[in-house]
Amino acid sequence: MSFMFTVSPDFTPDHLSGWYIFNTWLQRQTDIAIHLEMYNDFASQHKAIKEGAIDLIYANPFDAAMLVREKGFLPLVKAEGVADEAIIAVNTESSIEDVAQFEPGTKVAFTDDPDVKMMGMIMLEPGDLDADNIVPISADTYILVAKHLLRGEADVGIFLAEVFDGLSGMVKSQLRVLVRSQISVIHHCLMIGPEMMDKRELILEKLVQMSSDEQGRGVLKSLGFENWQKVEDEEMEFMIDLMDTLMI
Amino acid sequence: MWANREPFLEILNSELNMIGDMQPEDIAGDYKEVTLDLYNSVNRKILYTDIETPYPDGKLIVSTTDPEGNITNVNKSFIEMSGYSEDELIGAPHSILRHPDMPPAAFKDLWDTVKKGDKWQGFVKNIRKDGGYYWVKATVIPNIRNGKLAGYTSVRRKPSRTNIDACSKLYPTMF
Repeated sequence: MSFMFTVSPDFTPDHLSGWYIFNTWLQRQTDIAIHLEMYNDFASQHKAIKEGAIDLIYANPFDAAMLVREKGFLPLVKAEGVADEAIIAVNTESSIEDVAQFEPGTKVAFTDDPDVKMMGMIMLEPGDLDADNIVPISADTYILVAKHLLRGEADVGIFLAEVFDGLSGMVKSQLRVLVRSQISVIHHCLMIGPEMMDKRELILEKLVQMSSDEQGRGVLKSLGFENWQKVEDEEMEFMIDLMDTLMI
Repeated sequence: MWANREPFLEILNSELNMIGDMQPEDIAGDYKEVTLDLYNSVNRKILYTDIETPYPDGKLIVSTTDPEGNITNVNKSFIEMSGYSEDELIGAPHSILRHPDMPPAAFKDLWDTVKKGDKWQGFVKNIRKDGGYYWVKATVIPNIRNGKLAGYTSVRRKPSRTNIDACSKLYPTMF
């Protein structure tokens, strides 16, 4: 029998192969059979979680509460020094200089990445914008969010900061950042489910030591960060409480 | 000798939880003075000015307290906006931020709500150590651990000017 591993669908496409390499590394290190299943969107991933099909997940912080409180997952590790931050940006030709200048009916482009959308909407609140008075423009990728802005189809776009910073110079030169979040405590987390819980200590031990050898460092590089850092149960509970305050 | 340390710890804790009067040397600009009845008949002399510090874009002010409302953790934004050091904040009651323009009914509603286990959200005018003020949109939730109340988490975000203006008109009518 093999356990099922999945990654939050908002992973950076450049790191897709990295997750497969990581899964191979993890199986070799632990001698546990693990199948990596990548879902195209949050809806299909949520369906798999609800059906109890997932045992290991690199989870979006938005899903942490459901995974811990409803499905009995516990945290393992997070990417060291990596936090989820959002940016709201406009076309450089926009007359908007401050969020307070937005009016109801503002066209807001975003992806289905739930924590980034939430942070972006919080940054629009000082302009009295909310889900009830914006015109939502849903996009499959952040590149498409940028395109909506460049074509004048959206007034403001919500981006994962990491992705915005990685946009081409040509695209970024036509966009202007209005607000960049500085929250620091919202992050993705690798979490383990009940069926696999007796393997928690073994996996944790391998992960926190991963950067101590060259092969491990190479795999981490393919994921886009330098080390895993242990997440204590209370740190996860704190993030769940924090997310809870932000969802209203 | 160590068997007797608990009474000393209790005294130390009670001193840590005391909330001192605001001091004129900490205040920036002209100020007014008032004494607030904070809780359990604890009074605090408040020195306050008309100087507003705008809430910074993109930041959250985060703190946690124990079940009695004494601060157990603060983030960097909390320290920056309140003007207090981390050492001054940890162990202090959260009412160290209480501004005299805030109607007591708002805090009663807050405590009544969170003690029932529900979330509370509202707009709050907080006082800084330097006597100035800042407005926040605050959300407070109970932290439940193993089925028991472990404390509260309070997260503040930037309010809109429309909401600040509305509360500035409403709150004086609630005294």
